Amino acid sequence: MAIFVNENTKVLVQGLTGGQGRFHGLRNRDYGTQVVAGVTPGKAGQDVEGIPIYDSVDAAVAATQATASFIAVPPKAAPAAILEAARAGIGFIVCITEGVPAQDEARVFATLQRDFPKTRLLGPNCPGIISPGKCNIGITAGEIAALPTKTGPNVGIVSRSGTLTYQALYELKQLNIGVSTCVGIGGDPVPGTSFVDCLAEFQSDPETHAIIMIGEIGGSAEEEAAEFITNHVTKPMSAYIAGVTAPAGKKMGHAGAIVSGGKGTAQGKMDALRNAGVMIGLNPTEACELMSQIVTAL
Amino acid sequence: MDLFEYQGKQYFARYDIALSAGGVALTVDEAVNQAELAQYPVVIKAQVQVGGRGKAGGIKLANNAEEVRTHATNILGMDIKGYVVKRIWVEHASDIAEEYYASFTLDRSAKRHLLMLSAQGGVEIEQVAVTDPTAIVKLYVNPIEGLSLETARRAVVDAQISQKAIDGVAAMLVKLYECFTKGDCDLAEINPLILKPNGEVHALDAKVTLDDNAAFRHPEWDEYRATEELDEREKLAREKNLQYIGLDGTVGIIANGAGLAMSTLDVVNQVGGKAANFLDIGGGANAELMTAALEVINSDTKVKSIFINIFGGITRGDEVAKGIVEAMKRVKLRAPIVIRLDGTNAIEGREIIANAGIDESQLMSRSTMLEAARVAVELAGKN
Repeated sequence: MAIFVNENTKVLVQGLTGGQGRFHGLRNRDYGTQVVAGVTPGKAGQDVEGIPIYDSVDAAVAATQATASFIAVPPKAAPAAILEAARAGIGFIVCITEGVPAQDEARVFATLQRDFPKTRLLGPNCPGIISPGKCNIGITAGEIAALPTKTGPNVGIVSRSGTLTYQALYELKQLNIGVSTCVGIGGDPVPGTSFVDCLAEFQSDPETHAIIMIGEIGGSAEEEAAEFITNHVTKPMSAYIAGVTAPAGKKMGHAGAIVSGGKGTAQGKMDALRNAGVMIGLNPTEACELMSQIVTAL
Repeated sequence: MDLFEYQGKQYFARYDIALSAGGVALTVDEAVNQAELAQYPVVIKAQVQVGGRGKAGGIKLANNAEEVRTHATNILGMDIKGYVVKRIWVEHASDIAEEYYASFTLDRSAKRHLLMLSAQGGVEIEQVAVTDPTAIVKLYVNPIEGLSLETARRAVVDAQISQKAIDGVAAMLVKLYECFTKGDCDLAEINPLILKPNGEVHALDAKVTLDDNAAFRHPEWDEYRATEELDEREKLAREKNLQYIGLDGTVGIIANGAGLAMSTLDVVNQVGGKAANFLDIGGGANAELMTAALEVINSDTKVKSIFINIFGGITRGDEVAKGIVEAMKRVKLRAPIVIRLDGTNAIEGREIIANAGIDESQLMSRSTMLEAARVAVELAGKN
């Protein structure tokens, strides 16, 4: 088991003929992911190192039965690419694109919610997802992820920050702790998949025995996660929140202060998670060391 | 990007939001010209991106040219909480019957647009939010449905805004929503939104934050960009397309990803040091970007050591290493570098650094974040 993606996931890459799409799409395939198709309008019939290119997601799905899409296209094109994948029946979409306007993200999310409720979007602006040994979609360097063991205990990772996700994977590998799935949800204003979505999946995944969560200052996603953990998560957790010493950002007028109502600081987030029973590390290394103690005790 | 009040008003005007006649002035003479155009009495307002300018004496009423000269002379160049006033906004003084508050933002939890509206506008709105939260009506708007006049009108009635202002405020909200969405704002706020004795409704202030990610479809934003107030280091970083925030410490920081950069600051702090800056070289960092990042850090004379913390995803370790080696050829760095490199192509990267022929005292590699931070902090203390 793993969450969202596994060895049966068939991936198409929107933007496989572009620089980033090619680099990471091929790396994903080298890792063992079933990368079955690429989509670039106007380039049907070509291939990228043996991976066939199609003009549309529809055509790629018809030919390959792809179930997931990896989107690596520029910000202008990303919203349309996401909706095209959803319309073609793709159930899991990973969009790594950085720089998508917030208004576009909000509209895309609302459209998915209304018209394609069964489609899950991860991102935009996220590193992707890896179920070690089974499937890697996105930009994570697969070799830094420890394989899960049959008997466990294995850890699930969910993170808002790209590079801190790798950091956590890497540290767990040093500590010989297996990873079931590692999900980078991204730090954009309207992420398609939230902490809560991932925590719910990890809670019901028999292969995941404990969970690490990595958050950041700003917004209230960590506070919402803390509330969910209190009510629904029984698996042990450790967490790290980046930005304890970060300079206070420019306040978003009165509206920002009113919306946040004191939420959003690293301290507030750590307190909320601690009250939910989560062990808090003051840096990524410490959070992983705490996880080591947790799994040893399991 | 945060706009000045006058820019926010100019932006509002594009969406037909009613405002007082007025204009911006950089000199006392220009202020008088603007006052004549707007017609007396006028209000002179300091243009700074910080609250409390009224209390600091940055907002004055003038009834004639002489008074405009006096106040403009005083306000131009005034220091308000560390911000020097370079521009003033001069507008016809409005008679105010009532003051309201209206804003649109994106609510991250609800993933919806959020209208906040209150009949108790003015400088104390944050106080109202704390003491009487029910006085602020919150309405969530589905981004694909938009805001209809009927829905806006209901919110206005809920906010208990005076009968005679209901239609005017509702119409204003629809325009403000259009500005917020089509104009790609993170925040569009009017405080106060005023009702005049003659029944007209208009925006007396404007607070607008633009979504930088949408700049590609707004060529009109270039002029706002030109007036942004950045320190020298920040200007250089902006030119090089780097995410940089200047701080007061002695350890220069370069990291890839905002999360790792913040975490690097945390770790430096934890081992007893202080960061000189926050610098995120982003997801696609290459040799050119790394060179630029080192140039920016090197321009900060307080920096005594440089901590480069890279974990490879999109960023490839060999590219980063080439960038550092190349930069050290181009720029005479004043401080030693401690680097911690892991992830995609990290092994190739470490080899490039080890074989670059650069003295170990100037460029050293450490395997963990904490260890690298300790060395960087120690070096910052020693130099």
